[in-house]
Amino acid sequence: MSSLAVSDQPRVATTTIIQPAWVRIVHWINAVAMILMIMSGWQIYNASPLFDFRFSGNITLGGWLGGALLWHFAAMWLLMVNGLVYLTLGFATGRFAKKLLPISPAGVIADARAALTGKLSHDDLSRYNYVQKLLYAGIIVVGVVIVLSGLSIWKPVQLQYLTALFGGYDVARYVHFICMASIVAFLVVHVALALLVPKSLRAMIIGR
Amino acid sequence: MGRLRSLLIPGVDKRLLVRDAGNLMPDPTRRRFIAGGASLGALTLLTGCDVSDSFSAEAMLKKVSKFNDAVQAAIFNPYALAPTYPESAITKPFPFNAYYDLDDAPEIDGKEWKFEVRGLVDNKKSWTLEELYKLPQVKQVTRHICVEGWSAIGSWTGTRLSDFLKLVGADTRAKYCWFQCADSDGYNSPLDMATALHPQTQMTFKFADEILPRAYGYPMKIRVPTKLGFKNPKYVISMEVTNDYKGGYWEDQGYNSFSGS
Repeated sequence: MSSLAVSDQPRVATTTIIQPAWVRIVHWINAVAMILMIMSGWQIYNASPLFDFRFSGNITLGGWLGGALLWHFAAMWLLMVNGLVYLTLGFATGRFAKKLLPISPAGVIADARAALTGKLSHDDLSRYNYVQKLLYAGIIVVGVVIVLSGLSIWKPVQLQYLTALFGGYDVARYVHFICMASIVAFLVVHVALALLVPKSLRAMIIGR
Repeated sequence: MGRLRSLLIPGVDKRLLVRDAGNLMPDPTRRRFIAGGASLGALTLLTGCDVSDSFSAEAMLKKVSKFNDAVQAAIFNPYALAPTYPESAITKPFPFNAYYDLDDAPEIDGKEWKFEVRGLVDNKKSWTLEELYKLPQVKQVTRHICVEGWSAIGSWTGTRLSDFLKLVGADTRAKYCWFQCADSDGYNSPLDMATALHPQTQMTFKFADEILPRAYGYPMKIRVPTKLGFKNPKYVISMEVTNDYKGGYWEDQGYNSFSGS
């Protein structure tokens, strides 16, 4: 990495990489793919709502059902290919094991309490606290489930065993929706915290 | 039924299509998210689409949709049967769904009606309903899945399309069976040959053991449980066996053409 940046803290090596390049690349590709999938998904939802509400047209993508489906089934490739790259590299480089494990309930409770009382340290961004570990590991699982439930809605005949695993076509739609809602909830917290701790956002952009 | 009415997609004509094409583009504020275009560019690389011209989301999306047609054709298993259900699972009442109200559905006189067979077939004779009723029939209780997302289980009885294609000496190496319907603005839809030959693809004459009612496509619908509902044409009046892609009512407006389940 470039060492042109002048640091007034010589103890911190300017070459210390908090987020490696591959993480940053898949993170931002994923961000784009997620936004496209969620916004087009809302438009698709509107064609046959599961609950007693519809999403405002101002926050949906595609204009009408057909347009939204085109977006959804295009962005799904981006999401899936990028997601597979992330999972493969995450396991292969040992990043998941190193960053996300172990997760202990006691640690999560202690860190959650520290966070709520403003005592959680953000000095070392290269190490996740237990709440982060839980949320980041959890959102990976949700990401896998939303893709699998999506596939079972898309191909309930060709992938009928997968659809059956979700409890059938109609149930899979609810699973897909709940995963979306979880991701949106995560996104709200994730973005809010990134803005509260701007150096974490910087690390996800330039690595340091 | 009131709820279902509200789910109907309004018919879209070609002029509206142009407007919809504009809607495919996100508005400027949203476009900022994808301003780099890098990720969308990656998608176009995936499909080998030429982006030397000005970037067009609509053109790119259409190319990906064609790519998705190919992917779905590749994973289509001609031996995989759509799940079947007990009669007790049948959805009652089974929804009527179209881009028009039931009052505007085609009203066909079964005695006058003829099923025209054209294209790459040995025997191009037209069939009366009486003649078709004499062909062997099978019943299926399967799930109808609408492109809108809802689903309903129904019971359909009729003749295997593969049997009929054999009977009329169709060239089953052809790419499509293209169906035309009696709807006033000419509903039509292409069916890929692999799906046309699927054992559950049916020329349907009965719903729930009764002669197909007007709402569900009297006198004949094509029931394809491996496809979304809009690929199950109702009020069918002709079939053309062809190698040409002739488009379809919804397919031309942007629904994915293969739309397999």
